[in-house]
Amino acid sequence: MVGLVKHFGRTKVLNELNLSVAQGEVHGFLGPNGAGKTTTLRILLGLLRADAGTMRLLGGDPWLDAVDLHRRLAYVPGDVALWPTLTGGEVIDLLGRLRGGLEPQRRASLIERFELDPTKKGRAYSKGNRQKVALVAALASDVELLLLDEPTSGLDPLMEEEFRHYINEVRGDGRTVLLSSHILSEVEALCDRVSIIRDGEVVESGTMAQLRHLARTTVSADLTTVPEGLADLPGVHDVVVQGQRITASVEARGMAPLMAAMSAGGVTAVTSAPPTLEELFLRYYQKAQP
Amino acid sequence: MTGELTGTAALVRLALRRDRWLIPAWVGFFVAIATFSATATVDLYPDESSRIAAANTINSTAALVALYGPIYDPTSLGALAMIKMTAVYAALLSVLMVILVVRHTRAEEETGRLELVGAGVVGRAAPLAAALLVVGGASALMGLLAAAGLAGAGLPISGSLVFGAGWAATGLCFAAVAAVAAQATTGGRAANGLGFMVIALAYMARAIGDLAEAGPGWLSWLSPIGWNQQIRAFAGDRWSVLVLPLAATALLMPASFALRRRRDLGSGLLRDQPGPAVGRLSSPIGLAWRLQRPLLLAWTAGSALLAFVMGSIAHNVAGLLDSPGMAKIIQQLGGEQGLTDAFLAAELGLFSTIVAAYGISAVARLGTEESAGHAEAVLATASPRIPWAASHWLLALAGVAWLLLVAGVTTGLGHALAVGDSSQVLRITVAALARIPAAWVLVGLVVAVWGVWPHATAVGWGAYAAFIVVAEFGQLWGLPRWVMDFSPFTHSPVLPGPDAKLAGIVWLTMVAGALLAGGSAAFRHRDLAG
Repeated sequence: MVGLVKHFGRTKVLNELNLSVAQGEVHGFLGPNGAGKTTTLRILLGLLRADAGTMRLLGGDPWLDAVDLHRRLAYVPGDVALWPTLTGGEVIDLLGRLRGGLEPQRRASLIERFELDPTKKGRAYSKGNRQKVALVAALASDVELLLLDEPTSGLDPLMEEEFRHYINEVRGDGRTVLLSSHILSEVEALCDRVSIIRDGEVVESGTMAQLRHLARTTVSADLTTVPEGLADLPGVHDVVVQGQRITASVEARGMAPLMAAMSAGGVTAVTSAPPTLEELFLRYYQKAQP
Repeated sequence: MTGELTGTAALVRLALRRDRWLIPAWVGFFVAIATFSATATVDLYPDESSRIAAANTINSTAALVALYGPIYDPTSLGALAMIKMTAVYAALLSVLMVILVVRHTRAEEETGRLELVGAGVVGRAAPLAAALLVVGGASALMGLLAAAGLAGAGLPISGSLVFGAGWAATGLCFAAVAAVAAQATTGGRAANGLGFMVIALAYMARAIGDLAEAGPGWLSWLSPIGWNQQIRAFAGDRWSVLVLPLAATALLMPASFALRRRRDLGSGLLRDQPGPAVGRLSSPIGLAWRLQRPLLLAWTAGSALLAFVMGSIAHNVAGLLDSPGMAKIIQQLGGEQGLTDAFLAAELGLFSTIVAAYGISAVARLGTEESAGHAEAVLATASPRIPWAASHWLLALAGVAWLLLVAGVTTGLGHALAVGDSSQVLRITVAALARIPAAWVLVGLVVAVWGVWPHATAVGWGAYAAFIVVAEFGQLWGLPRWVMDFSPFTHSPVLPGPDAKLAGIVWLTMVAGALLAGGSAAFRHRDLAG
């Protein structure tokens, strides 16, 4: 999707959003609350109509070809609402058949793996169990693309682990997954590529390695003599000197000059921590605040 | 016990905030209708002889007595002016009170919002207490303003006061009924249904009681709506009868609190049973049928019962007439058979109006399915939009047709058994079926509104109320013909009878079809709400 724009009333929810997901990859879609993740997914499903921009989904137009595309994809909404009087099993079968059929064996194994009781009525399920119903309904179908909107919210850690196993199996089958999430460890563990969205724009997109490269590494070192002017080196920030010990946060381009300068001063010990996704995430989110 | 009510004041403020338009609008509506009726009647019947003639006509027309109840003092201007207010509008305001109570109790519990509130410093009984305080206040306000309006229109003060007190007591009584219903069911929809059923039974009991000359007149005394009539405002002002609705309230309200104390949050008196692990539903229409089936079954049972009773009393109508003036009218209408037919036609007209309410509530599911996120789940599959929408409105159309078929057959059966003429069944069934298209127009109207504005399906109810008011009061208020013509019910064929206006069937069906097509097309081009 290129240049996607969506207004709700006078609020601009998506502002020239660009997003591309390659076939066969697990793509993480990260962003703070209200950034436009769910809106993007609902546009991809043809539930909402974009005001401007062009997009292709599995070779079709999400709005015009919605029905044909929906045969080839499955969706887990962020807020799962079940019909209060239908049992979980009935909902799974209904949604599966409406999509064009589900695989009974896969359905049975998923229900077992997620420890779901399919005989309960929709109103009797807890949040986590509602989530499981939606997950089983989506994962039991043999589809090319999975659109998952915070799929593990409400699941306990064991079930989360089960979900990760399952997504890795899906990846092995060559299927594509677009996973919107808040849980960074989950994205880090599962996703081949990540897009970060803020205020309706994708602000960064790439593989985990590429994103790390963009972020600063934390370097701390013990030096025999601390050279002057470390803080003026390009790409070196937040230099703190405590006696013989310095810490700094360093961009990729600042790494070589810093190392050279420190070597000149005589390095006795050095540690360098690669940026975690948390730091990346925080860095982009905090930009939102003035 | 005091701890159980902690937080009631805050919840009352919350309820008033949520209903800051709803309650004033409805209170204003009822007060305005009562006041207009009073002023219009003052103008229309300036002297006593014209009032006595009008009152005698009403008292000798069984259809009107069944609908509105008799006039207890033919010389009284107030009794004549309030004829429609005492039973019909008392029942309608009771519907409002039931909706309000359930809206703040069971419906809140069902959506889980009460869980959010209940976790705060809020006593277990506080939500129910707050709902009853708000609704009790609304009832009292309505009664007080109605009394002021009537007195202002020139009716006697004491009669105005007792009339207002009657309205307030009736509203309070059904609020207490709703409070009990809200404890019994697990769904807000079911609680509303239970409350409406009690109102319908109360209305029906008094209709039968009022009609019976020597028969079960005591039935009127079992009904809160009957009590409101027996207060006889402007025709004796029997204040003491007010004890009955107040006593019923005093019994039901503590009962609702006792039930609340005995159950967990979210549960009803009936426990959920496990259901099938494997589903057989495989299409939007199957799903829609599954969702709408309970409501339709309840309506079928209710309509069959009501229609059978009405059918079996129809032939008594001519026998109830004794005034010489009426004999002439009977002759003009084609003898006693003509009068029975007129009663049956009026009754079937009433049924088509009632059944239209079913059509509106059934098709309004489109709006609730969408706002609850269920439509999102279905439309994210390979199910296209139009068939999904059509599954709900087709079932609403079919349900309307089915209910009028049931009403026609059972009215016919009741009448045929009473007069010993089996050919009446077919004749009356056909007459009932001719009323279907008018109710379909209301279904179409809701779809048309929803197709453009998904959150505005309530407009359908507004239009419905307006059509009823126009039909009831149009002539009294001297509304121009073209305003009356807005109501689809005006164009229904009047069957059985000689003057049928069959062309209406074609026009109404076409209008309904156009509204359905337009609404569905609009829905296809808009964003899904949610």
